[in-house]
Amino acid sequence: MKALRRLGLAAVALSAMTTNVLAADIVIGVRSEPSSMDPYFHNLGPNNGMIGHVFGRLVDFDSNQQIFGSIAESWKTVNDTTWEFKLRPGLKFHDGSDLTVDDVIFSFERADGYEGGNSSFRTYTKGKKLVKVDDLTLHIVTESPYPLMANDLTTILIMSSEAKGTDSTGTNKGISAKDFNDGTATVGTGPYKFVEWKKGEQIVLEKYDGYIGPIAQPWDKVTFKFIKSEPARVAALLAGDVDAIDNVPTVDVARLEKDPRVALSSGISNRVIYLHMDQFRDKSPFVTDKNGNPLDKNPLKDARVRKAISMMINRDAIVERVMEGIAIPAGQLLPKGFFGVSSNLKPDPYDPAAAKKLLAEAGWADGFGLTIHGPNDRYINDAKIAEAIGQLLTANGIPTKVVTMPKNVYFKRASKGGPDGSPEFSFVLVGWGSGTGEASSPIKSLLATHDKSKGMGASNRGRHSDPKVDDLLKQALATVDDAKRQELLAKATDIAIGENQGIIPLHYQVNTWATKKGLKYAPRTDERTTAYDFSAE
Amino acid sequence: MTVFIIRRLLQAALVVLIMSLLVFGGVFLVGDPVEMLVSDDADQAEREAIIKSMGLDLPFYMQYLRFIGNALQGDMGSSFVFQEPAMQLIVERMPATFELAFAALFIAVVIGIPLGIYAGLKPDSWVSKTIMTGSILGFSLPTFWVGIMMILLFAVMLGLLPSTGRGDTVEVLGIDISILTLDGLSHVLMPAVNLALFKLSMVIRLARAGTREVVHQDYIKFARAKGLSEARIIGVHLFKNIMIPVVTVLGLEFGGLVAFSVVTETVFAWPGMGKLLIDSINFLDRPVIVAYLMFIVMLFVVINLIVDVLYSVLDPRVRLQEMKS
Repeated sequence: MKALRRLGLAAVALSAMTTNVLAADIVIGVRSEPSSMDPYFHNLGPNNGMIGHVFGRLVDFDSNQQIFGSIAESWKTVNDTTWEFKLRPGLKFHDGSDLTVDDVIFSFERADGYEGGNSSFRTYTKGKKLVKVDDLTLHIVTESPYPLMANDLTTILIMSSEAKGTDSTGTNKGISAKDFNDGTATVGTGPYKFVEWKKGEQIVLEKYDGYIGPIAQPWDKVTFKFIKSEPARVAALLAGDVDAIDNVPTVDVARLEKDPRVALSSGISNRVIYLHMDQFRDKSPFVTDKNGNPLDKNPLKDARVRKAISMMINRDAIVERVMEGIAIPAGQLLPKGFFGVSSNLKPDPYDPAAAKKLLAEAGWADGFGLTIHGPNDRYINDAKIAEAIGQLLTANGIPTKVVTMPKNVYFKRASKGGPDGSPEFSFVLVGWGSGTGEASSPIKSLLATHDKSKGMGASNRGRHSDPKVDDLLKQALATVDDAKRQELLAKATDIAIGENQGIIPLHYQVNTWATKKGLKYAPRTDERTTAYDFSAE
Repeated sequence: MTVFIIRRLLQAALVVLIMSLLVFGGVFLVGDPVEMLVSDDADQAEREAIIKSMGLDLPFYMQYLRFIGNALQGDMGSSFVFQEPAMQLIVERMPATFELAFAALFIAVVIGIPLGIYAGLKPDSWVSKTIMTGSILGFSLPTFWVGIMMILLFAVMLGLLPSTGRGDTVEVLGIDISILTLDGLSHVLMPAVNLALFKLSMVIRLARAGTREVVHQDYIKFARAKGLSEARIIGVHLFKNIMIPVVTVLGLEFGGLVAFSVVTETVFAWPGMGKLLIDSINFLDRPVIVAYLMFIVMLFVVINLIVDVLYSVLDPRVRLQEMKS
């Protein structure tokens, strides 16, 4: 009898073990930890990627930043200023309650009125009036035609209006950020449920069985481990402690490619690495003569000089030697295939002879001196890229000093370190990822005339300015017709970069994820690491 | 006595105040937290709103006075990144760091003392010479590099130990502790050894020096003459006497161990205070950096205060000297 019982127990234990083996769990080692699970607390890549597992969006980006309906089943424009969204019927929150238009409106209101937080979503909510038609039909009304409606909606996560918080002051609808971090208010309709967050260590998610929608659910349990140090992240994968990692350092890619235990997935990003040049000061602090003495003229104001500098940069060499082949030479703001790119622009070829001719034409046959400033811990191989550019320019008659510094020191100085809060440097290396997945985002922030009152050119550190570009952008931002808007954006790019060389694009980043053999990742252009984009090979 | 203690308390308060100015000023001068936090898409108005909400639009002295005012009421400010009280974030991570530090201390003592005694008893044997050469390596190899090498060897190549994180924990009195589970122990082993290496070398040297001194003392000779077993002589008479300097030094060095864990915690992704500090520096999370440094300053000030008071109790001459000066 005893023996029999023992046998029975063993059988139970065995079956428990086999279900464990069958359960598909994944452990993902990621570089960055989110700052909160509150969907409106901080508009930041790691947050948006992580929280998107738990909360749904009306419409969402797939791995190539193409829009698909997530909570919304379909949408159309009723007239120039009214958009109609039909919600998917039968959607339930993780606590079992139904999702209706009221929850969507609640979410927008909380996002729009968010107090505190690190960076709000107001950019995407402002100017939109939400009107309930019925439980599953929503109208969004704008004052003027607004083509980026769907792109904006990919940023707003939808939470339950019944979620309860502990904030007694009533700000943010009485729900504070920590209520999301411990799971109290973390009630969404996304494909995964929030289980726990051990700060500094890991976030655990669990498959939501009631999920309805187009996002895949390949895993029963997902653990994100935060491993900031690069060698440690690679080692964790090789040791089998994690199944996948993001942000594989380029120096390790060649070695990992040969490793039979590892599979790599890499894909182009929406991030362009580029150079800003001082175009607003007549005497620029880091532009000198060839001996390092101050110049009373700023050659960077001349488009021909900017073009010449662009032609002195050997993009292929930088991609091959510095980036280990893992990047794509750039001639504009976004790679081919994205909305609003120009078919006329190619990366400038390396042509020192033509560059020298152009310099001479502009009256700088003798060249001048420059200093390039860049971060050393922000973009892939950023300091090495700055050094390569310094060498190329020096070799071609523009002696260039290279100064790099940590990003937390660099960005303040690059944006407003000079007198009156102007940019401090003359020639800087930066990167830009297009959050909207189309060309208006970089044109608006990097090339439109710097204008505080209009919110234009917020990151225009060279203060490039051309009324033609401003005008085309303004038209594009009010044109709902996709084909027409595409044309306007392409034209604005043609002028701002092709004619004016307002910035010098260098290359598009390529991001690499590594998994253990048998898994693969659909590389995301928005650089997010999402569990549902991993799958078995 | 009371006068002495009051005077020492006032001195300690002054030290803390000066340190707060240095720390706050130093952190204030570096970079702009808003540039680190704000999304690329944010326009100028949005940036200004955040600057204002964080109080960064105020001049330095106003920010500092506000900080001191709050600190006197026990509020060290809120993290820019998490917007939770900075002290709470630090306290949450404290158990992990102290656990690591204690494990390292344990390893240093358990391995270091026997090796040191052996090297002291048989100074000319080749084993002793190997131990002493090894201790030089422990002093001179960079922690970061050793940590990576350990991961490569034990986690990647041999697959014996986990490379990262803290593993399973159990809750004891509301605190998560990982050294009580097997999984947790396997996680703590490598980072603890990594952190222990420096202290281990120090313990070996202290134990060796102590042993060399003590073995020639009369009471050891007397014990031998009495016919006590060698094990008892070493285990009791010798051991007790060499422990005094070891314990004194290790006690004082514990604070250093907590501070040194920054590097080890980063390499092994150990979720302790050190990793929090590094993450906070990367994000320019000023309140957390300031709170962390002030916490360490307070720790050392309190330790020193206790030591001074104890000394003055034990040796009244200290008090007298102080009064004269």
